[in-house]
Amino acid sequence: MYPQDCRYSKDHEWIKVEGDRGRVGITDYAQKQLGDVVFLELPEVGRSLKAGEQFGTVESVKAVSELYSPVAGEVVEVNAALAGKPEAINKDPHGEAWMIVLKMADPAGVGALLDAAAYQALVDSEAK
Amino acid sequence: MVPFGGWDMPVEYSGLIAEHNAVRTAAGIFDVSHMGQFEVEGEGALAFLQRVSANNVARLVDGQAQYSALPMHTGCPVDDIIVYRRAERRYLVVVNAANVEKDWNWLLAQKPSGCGLHNLSDQFALLALQGPKAEAILQGLTPIDVKQLAFYRFAEGTVQGVEAIVARTGYTGEDGFEIFVAPDAASALWRRIVEAGQPHGLLPAGLGARDTLRLEARMMLYGNDMDETTSLIEAGLGWIVSLDDAKGAFNGRAALAGQKANGAPRRLVGFEMAERGIPRHGYPVFLGDETQGAVTSGTYAPFLKKSIGLCYLPAARSGVGTELAVEIRGRRTAARVVATPFYKRPR
Repeated sequence: MYPQDCRYSKDHEWIKVEGDRGRVGITDYAQKQLGDVVFLELPEVGRSLKAGEQFGTVESVKAVSELYSPVAGEVVEVNAALAGKPEAINKDPHGEAWMIVLKMADPAGVGALLDAAAYQALVDSEAK
Repeated sequence: MVPFGGWDMPVEYSGLIAEHNAVRTAAGIFDVSHMGQFEVEGEGALAFLQRVSANNVARLVDGQAQYSALPMHTGCPVDDIIVYRRAERRYLVVVNAANVEKDWNWLLAQKPSGCGLHNLSDQFALLALQGPKAEAILQGLTPIDVKQLAFYRFAEGTVQGVEAIVARTGYTGEDGFEIFVAPDAASALWRRIVEAGQPHGLLPAGLGARDTLRLEARMMLYGNDMDETTSLIEAGLGWIVSLDDAKGAFNGRAALAGQKANGAPRRLVGFEMAERGIPRHGYPVFLGDETQGAVTSGTYAPFLKKSIGLCYLPAARSGVGTELAVEIRGRRTAARVVATPFYKRPR
């Protein structure tokens, strides 16, 4: 059920590789855990991120959650429109609600992340 | 499910915002069976309640409820409560779930002979049916004439054939009812209310919506907005502190009378964020560069669509329009004091 063309972090971010770039968002499981999202803070274009570094914050009515970059890279695009309609994160987390695009420092490093089947297994184990 | 006062409570059913707005525009049903109930009865019941509570219990008639508190000698509450007069010598006291044991010990230590104190918390489940459609939904399920039931009045009768106390009270800022029934009757009644309410737009609502609804209405949560260190006057509850001669001596009377006459040093105020950000319980508050404690309750308000909160400020610097800052993830974010309640229902 999770898109096969993405890789996943244990912090529930997805990354879709587009050449040397990676598009990043949070997973359907993450948005369900959060509930109704009402606030989003994203970084500026040009910011350099290490793998696992916090790049923003997402808040639902009931909870605050940090966003972590699944790989190292430089932010080359930010979904600025999303901050104005953060509810899209609940409606379309793997599509319209992408958050940032990274120019990856090491595109091969994505291979270390979970594939869709392994991520599904992680979610299933957390749900228990 | 989350742990709350020793109970496992659902935070949300279909979604917090949908549940919140259903209560504002149609109706919602909450399971609040975690609340505690004590019975105080006998010849000395009234005198005992007068001694331990802040409000004037003698003003109650049969079938009337009263919001009150259990002050200590400092004027700070052990708990906030609702007192229901069922008969001249028989009262029901509803207390917060997390405080059942504390309140019980507090009351028992002061109970005179000549009145009985009984913990009935296990004998009552409590369902709250709240929202502008609550009256229409409930009327279809009970022979009690609920239209005739005024705010903070209650009736004893049946709902769906089950013995119940039906009170026109709530914790949402909307019209609505709280229905006390025996625990073994509660789940069937819940299902029946959900079924009867669905055509009216009713949704089951969880602890999450209960918290955002009460905060929009500036109703306080014991443990967050008031506790054993905040006086009832500071918390804005002077209206439940009776200094009537007829009330007589009660715990905290001198301290509370002094603060009513001379003012309290601090005041609980409502604020609205002027910049983007959601204030939350515990976030530091500043007036200029001076720290002023912390946000006691804060949230994104789903019906008002803005970020709101409560905090204590020095009384002299607490007027509407006062600029303050809330530290959100290390950044001081602008806010200003506003008039409360944040939300007032249309009548």
